[in-house]
Amino acid sequence: MRVIRELFRHGSGRIGALIIVVYLVLALLGAVGLTPHNALQQLPISRLKPPSLSFWTGTDLLGRDTFSRLMLGIGQSFVVAFASVAAATVAGTIIGLLAAWWGHLWDGVLMRLMDVLLAFPAILLALLIIAVVGPGTSTSIAAIAIVYTPIFARVVRGPALSLKQRDFVDAARTFGSSQGYILTRHLLLNLVAPLTVQVTLALAWALLTEAGLSFLGLGVQPPAPSLGVMLADSKNLMQHAPWLMLFPGLTVMLGILGFNLTGDALRDILDPRTEQRKA
Amino acid sequence: MSTLLDVRDLKVSFGSGATATEVLHGVSFALSAGETLAIVGESGSGKSVTALSINRLVDFGGGHITGGSIGFTRADGTALDLAAADERTMTAVRGRDIGMIFQEPMTSLNPVMTVGQQIAEAFRLGRGMSGGAATAEAKRALDRVRIPDAARRLANYPHQLSGGMRQRVMIAMALASNPRLLIADEPTTALDVTVQAQIMALLAELRAEMNMALIFITHDIGLVAGIADRIMVMQRGVAVEQGETGTVLDRPQHDYTKHLLNAVPHFANGSATRTDERPGRPAPIVSVSDLVVRFPIRVQWFQKAGSVHAVDGVDFDLVAGETLAIVGESGSGKSTTARAILGLVKATRGKIDARAGRSRRPIQMVFQDPYASLNPRLNVEALLAEPAIANGQRVDAALRDRMRRLLARVGLGEDALGRYAHQFSGGQRQRLCVARALMLNPDVVVLDEAVSALDVSVQAQVLELLVDLQREFSLSYLFISHDMAVVERIAHRIAVMYAGRIVEIGGAAAVLSTPQHSYTQRLIAAVPSVARRRQTFTLDATPVPSLVRPAGYEPPPARWREVGADHFVREETAA
Repeated sequence: MRVIRELFRHGSGRIGALIIVVYLVLALLGAVGLTPHNALQQLPISRLKPPSLSFWTGTDLLGRDTFSRLMLGIGQSFVVAFASVAAATVAGTIIGLLAAWWGHLWDGVLMRLMDVLLAFPAILLALLIIAVVGPGTSTSIAAIAIVYTPIFARVVRGPALSLKQRDFVDAARTFGSSQGYILTRHLLLNLVAPLTVQVTLALAWALLTEAGLSFLGLGVQPPAPSLGVMLADSKNLMQHAPWLMLFPGLTVMLGILGFNLTGDALRDILDPRTEQRKA
Repeated sequence: MSTLLDVRDLKVSFGSGATATEVLHGVSFALSAGETLAIVGESGSGKSVTALSINRLVDFGGGHITGGSIGFTRADGTALDLAAADERTMTAVRGRDIGMIFQEPMTSLNPVMTVGQQIAEAFRLGRGMSGGAATAEAKRALDRVRIPDAARRLANYPHQLSGGMRQRVMIAMALASNPRLLIADEPTTALDVTVQAQIMALLAELRAEMNMALIFITHDIGLVAGIADRIMVMQRGVAVEQGETGTVLDRPQHDYTKHLLNAVPHFANGSATRTDERPGRPAPIVSVSDLVVRFPIRVQWFQKAGSVHAVDGVDFDLVAGETLAIVGESGSGKSTTARAILGLVKATRGKIDARAGRSRRPIQMVFQDPYASLNPRLNVEALLAEPAIANGQRVDAALRDRMRRLLARVGLGEDALGRYAHQFSGGQRQRLCVARALMLNPDVVVLDEAVSALDVSVQAQVLELLVDLQREFSLSYLFISHDMAVVERIAHRIAVMYAGRIVEIGGAAAVLSTPQHSYTQRLIAAVPSVARRRQTFTLDATPVPSLVRPAGYEPPPARWREVGADHFVREETAA
C-alpha cells in the first residue's frame, strides 16, 4: 500500500500508473460489454468513417467501431500479458532460487538451459512454439511465458546467490530452520523489490510481443478484436484511412510507456538506499 | 613553529533546502608544521567529516561547508582559505600539499592496475614526472614504507598483497608529492593488531623523516596515545575537548572524554581478568578434539593442487558457565573453528561432542555484524520467532511473552516487537541478536567478534550485558575476538590461535600476564593502550606462514609443554 501511495507521488510514476489504471478501466468496461458500439457488429453504411463524435476513433472497412474494438483489444492484450508474465515470474523465480540454493551441478544445468532459451530472439522462439502447437490465446500465453522465464531466473539467481552468503541465512541454519523457511522468508522476501520492478518492465515487453504475434496472425484469431490484428488490417488502407493505423499504434505505445514509467518509478521507490533514508 | 592549518568555526551541512542537516557545528583547531593531531570520537561524531572538509572531499559526499574558514599555508608561504577555494585550486592542493590515507586499503586501490603503476601515477600527476623516472621513484617509495623486495612488489596487483602491505602502498602514494599534511582516516582499523603496530611505527618514523604534519582520525583513544602531540575529542559535531596529549589523557576535563577513557577497555596485561569463581572444572559441555578444516584448491576441474589448512588439529574443552576466548588474527582459523562447531562449515576430520543440553540445539551463535545478521524485511517478532518455529514451537501468547521478557532483559522495550532491524542502532541490533540466540534456551553461545563492530562505549555496555546474562542463565561462551583488551574483560580461559592451530591455552590471567609462546608475546606487545604510551614500538615484520599445503600434507604432531597449572604452550618448531 505504501508503495502504491508513493507511486502516485512520484513524478513520472504517476503518469505511468494513471495510464495503466485507464487501460484497466477500459478493458473491464469492454469485458462486461459496456462499449459505445457493438465491437463485432458490421454496419455497411458507416464503412471507413473518420473519427467523429459518434465514432471516436473512426470505423474500419467492415463498418465496425474501432474504439469499441480497441477496448476489447486492450483487454485481450492485458489477459495475455498478465497471464504470461505471471507464469514466467513463478517459473523463473523457482528456477533461479533453486539454481542459487543448490549450486554446483544444478546451477550449471538449470542456468545453461536458460541460456539456450535466451539465445533465441524472443519473437523467433515464440514463433517456433506456435508453429508446433498452433495459434491461439493460450498458445500466445505459453509462448511468451517461456520466452520470459530465463529473464526472471537470472534476475532472481544473482541476488539470491549473494543473499545466501549473508549472515542471517547462516544464523537461520544455526537455529535449524528448514530449507523451505529460509528460501521463502530470507531469500524470496528480500527479492520482492527487484521482482516487482522486473514484472512491470516485463509486462511492457509482453504487451509488445502479444501485439507482434497477433499482427503476424499467430495470436488471437479474427474476428475477435486485438491490437495486432487491427494494425495488420490497417496496412493496406494506410493512405485512405490513416486512423486505422494511428489509434491501435498509439494504444500499444502508450501501454508500453505506462508500464515502463511505472517500472522505473518502482525501481526508485524500492531501492533499498532510498528506503533506508526515509525510515 | 609556524602554523600550517588554522580551522575556525567550521560548519558543514549535508543535504539541501529543508532537508539540510548540520553535522559540524563550528569546530576550531590549529596545527603547526610537523605536529600530530589526533581526532577521537565515536561513529557520527563528525571526526571524518572534519578531516574530509580540509581537503574538500566532503563536497563529493553530498556535504558542503556552510560557515567558517580553513586557513592553510602553502609550501611557498602563501596563505589560502581552503573553505573558499575553487575546485581547480583544490585539485592542486590535494595532489601536492595534502595527502590522505583511508580505512580500507583494498577499496582505495584500483584492483586492475599493479601497485607500481598506481604509485607511479601518483608521481606523474603530483610531481609531473615522466614514465621511467616515476617508476624509479615508485620503487624508492616502496622502500621508504619498508616493503621488502620492493622491485618485485611493483608488479603485484593489490589482491596479491596482505592488508598491511596494501596500507603501506596507500601511504607510499599519499607521500608521493612530499605533502606537508597527511590525513589518516582510521588507517589501521581494518588491520590486525600486530600489523596495526607496524603501521603506527611506520607513520611515526615517516613523520619525523619528512617533517610532515599528521591528522590522525580514530575511535581508539588508546591507539593515538603514543603518536599524537595533541588530541581533539569530538562528540555530535562539536569538539568537546582539545589539548596536549598528556593533559587530555591524564586530566580530562569534559565528561565525555572521561566517559570515553573509562569505556575503552584498557589492556592491563592480565591484571584485570574476571575473578568470579569458576566451577571446579566439571565435565566439559563441549569437547572438541583434533578438529581439522581444509578447503581444497583446485587448479583444474578435478585435479587437487593441495588445500588451505584453515584449522589444523584443534583441541579444547568448554566447561559449563565458563568463557573460553579464542584470540588470534585474521586467517588464524578462529572463526572457522566457531563455524565448524555450529556445522556451518564441514569439518574435514575431528570430533565435536556437545553434551545433551537444555534444548535440542544447545549451541547458538551471535555474529560480528549486527547489520548483516538480521533479515531487513522481517520485524522483530518474526526474527525472534524463527528459532522457535524451526524447533516446532507454535507462535502463541506464551512465546510472545518469552520474547518480551528477553527483549526487556537485553534492554529493549516492548514496542520493539513491531519494528524492523534498520530502525535500531548498531548496539541495539546486537542486543537483538543476543536475545534471538537465547530464544532456544541454549547452554553455549558462540560469540564471533560479537562486539568488534560496535562503538567503544556501546561495546562496554554489551560486554557487561553478556557477563550478566552468563551468570543469570548459566551460559558458556566461546568468545572469538582479536581484541586483547575485550578478551581480558570477559574470558576465564584463553586459547591463542595462530596459522590454524592453538599455540597456547590456559587461564586468562596466566596467558595474558606470562605469555610463553613467541606469537602470544608478539600479540600482547602490539596492543596499544593509554597506559603504555611511553613504550616505543619496533617494526616487526615476521610474515605469517602460508596455510596452503600440498595434497596429502599432514602437520607433525603437536608437543605440549605445561608451564603452570592449567597453562599449556605448544612447542615451537622450525616449520
